[in-house]
Amino acid sequence: MGTNLTIGKAINAGLRAAMEHDPKVLMMGEDVGKLGGVFRVTDGLYKDFGADRVIDTPLAESGIVGTAIGMAMRGYRPVVEIQFDGFFFPAANQTFTQLAKMRRRSAGKLAMPVVMRIPYGGGIGAVEHHSESPEAYFQHTAGLRVVTVANPEDAYWMIQQAIRSDDPVIFLEPKRRYYEKTEVDTGASIDEVTPMGAARIARPGTDCTLLAYGPMVKTALQAAEADTEHSIEVVDVRSLAPIDYPTITESVKRTGRLVVAHEATLTGGPGAEIAARVTEECFYHLESPVIRVAAFDTPYPQSRLEEHYLPDLDRVLDGVDRAFAY
Amino acid sequence: MSDTAAHEEPELIQLLTPEGELTEHPDYPLDITAEEIRALYRDLVLVRRVDSEAITLQRQGELGLWVSLLGQEAAQIGSGRALHEGDMAFPSYREHGVAWCRGIQPKELLSMFRGASNGGWDPHEHGFHLYTIVIGSQALHATGYAMGVQRDGAVGEDGTAVISYFGDGATSQGDTNEAFNFASVNNAPVVFFCQNNQWAISEPLERQSRVPIYKRAAGFGFPGMRVDGNDVLACLAVTRAALDNARTGNGPTLIEAFTYRMGAHTTNDDPTRYRDKGELDEWKAKDPILRVRRYLEANGLADEAFFASIEEEADKVGETVRSQCRNMPDPEPLDIFHEVYAEPNVHIDQQRAEFADYLSSFEGAGAEGGR
Ligand SMILES: Cc1ncc(C[n+]2csc(CCOP(=O)(O)OP(=O)(O)O)c2C)c(N)n1
Repeated sequence: MGTNLTIGKAINAGLRAAMEHDPKVLMMGEDVGKLGGVFRVTDGLYKDFGADRVIDTPLAESGIVGTAIGMAMRGYRPVVEIQFDGFFFPAANQTFTQLAKMRRRSAGKLAMPVVMRIPYGGGIGAVEHHSESPEAYFQHTAGLRVVTVANPEDAYWMIQQAIRSDDPVIFLEPKRRYYEKTEVDTGASIDEVTPMGAARIARPGTDCTLLAYGPMVKTALQAAEADTEHSIEVVDVRSLAPIDYPTITESVKRTGRLVVAHEATLTGGPGAEIAARVTEECFYHLESPVIRVAAFDTPYPQSRLEEHYLPDLDRVLDGVDRAFAY
Repeated sequence: MSDTAAHEEPELIQLLTPEGELTEHPDYPLDITAEEIRALYRDLVLVRRVDSEAITLQRQGELGLWVSLLGQEAAQIGSGRALHEGDMAFPSYREHGVAWCRGIQPKELLSMFRGASNGGWDPHEHGFHLYTIVIGSQALHATGYAMGVQRDGAVGEDGTAVISYFGDGATSQGDTNEAFNFASVNNAPVVFFCQNNQWAISEPLERQSRVPIYKRAAGFGFPGMRVDGNDVLACLAVTRAALDNARTGNGPTLIEAFTYRMGAHTTNDDPTRYRDKGELDEWKAKDPILRVRRYLEANGLADEAFFASIEEEADKVGETVRSQCRNMPDPEPLDIFHEVYAEPNVHIDQQRAEFADYLSSFEGAGAEGGR
């Protein structure tokens, strides 16, 4: 059963499917009810499932995550929407000190099936705090699973997989790609589609592996297309915690080169982690050092400069060139 | 859960009725001349014009976003004009009227919403902090600043007062409640000015509070009151009293200005999805500008020529706003690296140098973007 959906609509359809599948699934967040969220990702759910399952919360992120933790203890599966990446930070304490550690702290007696949905990343011309890429903070926190989607098919299935997971899942939604549209096989079975922890070869190639996730996957694919001199393999990482290293290292062993591109800042970013691990595992296969293309170590700039700040097609190609310069 | 206690309209301090009649309030006498009222009228009209121009500019693609103050002019001008020169204001992101009172040029605000700057004015020069987007944060900054004022011994007859602005939604944040508590236990010279415009994007007041917001102050141990937020005179009188209390060492006050956001939350928002049109009509009748005009007219304190001159001035302000916005240059790419650290920083230095090299590699490369 194929349906043409945008990423935003695919997440919406996935949320609906999860709510129909399990009455314990509920939505929480600012404006998720009548408005359907500022990006309309929860559109229609309030109308069809009611105020008890689609909860317009007070304007308090710490409160949202903290009460979701309590709800989870009571057997619910809250899907929390944080309106924008930059507004996750007021909930950092609840996320890092409580949500992430509850299972371990309770010796496995408490499960935390909480999904935190966060529209993230730049490129929409927004004012400050609306374009952050905070994935490394989550990735660095043991106890959290961190995933992000790059196409409608993954959006539809991964949100459902995230909701079924008994672990807390940070579900990062590439907001500048919400309106990208492709075919989704909604008739498949959740047990057969690619699991949310797995990386995916988005485009096969032989000369260099180009790694990206979320909003950068599209840019990476464009770069691979644009580079007519080399055969570039694009890997969509999909899960940032845990990272599917076998898929990545197999690719790098075949191509001999790795370029990692992301919107998060360079220092201590996901690329640093991947580069270190790949260097350890593929040292004798590498023809060049692992190259990172990332945002600069500065605060996200005013929107009139974001085209320079975000790694674009040219910056990614420049990274690829650097890999081939060795 | 529609009409909860949060919506009660008791003890709404009012000096100027929607019909334009001036009344007296025993606790908030206002010594004001006709000239001063005319000046307030001018402020109200001009900031509304700045606002409407900005909305148009956003629609024309000149601004990324605009956050309208429509309907909240009186709350902002009344409270803003109550500030003394040395006082310090900590705004949220909708306080264009207060910015106006503090001498911030509209172009500075536009530049932030255009994405040309992050709000580059000097907070100390203007006694007006940068706009704060993360809801509630600034209430704590204001409180800390007020604690500094205390330690400087700047409390007394000619003391300094601090004011923090936020919305009804912000009262749900931990930060705001922590600010109330810090201010209270420290008896800090700070006024919390909540513009209760009834909506936090799509969420009505009932989703934030089951009690009227001003009543929360009692739980923290300081006075709270609710003022008619569409009455510029009442806002002026009440804020003046609260600021004077703060500056003379009597500690914090919470003012709830009961008002209404007549437009959309921002230019990205569609209020027809969540609120009735009837509500808007009801509030149009309480328009903050209209009532001052009615008062001035009914009492023969301003003639047609006065109103015409203000209109003319508004047209000029509008023109200036438009041309300043359209002619605003984009920042230079290397501006990304400016002002990140006070001290030299090797990461920044290295990345700036690499990026400068990268940019120069495009020079002379033609239209293909360097490849
Ligand atoms: C911490 C945080 N969470 C969410 C947002 C997104 N957001 C921006 S404005 C707003 C509503 C604010 O309502 P209120 O405090 O009543 O102020 P108003 O905009 O009505 O003046 C929300 C949820 C934000 N800016 N900061």
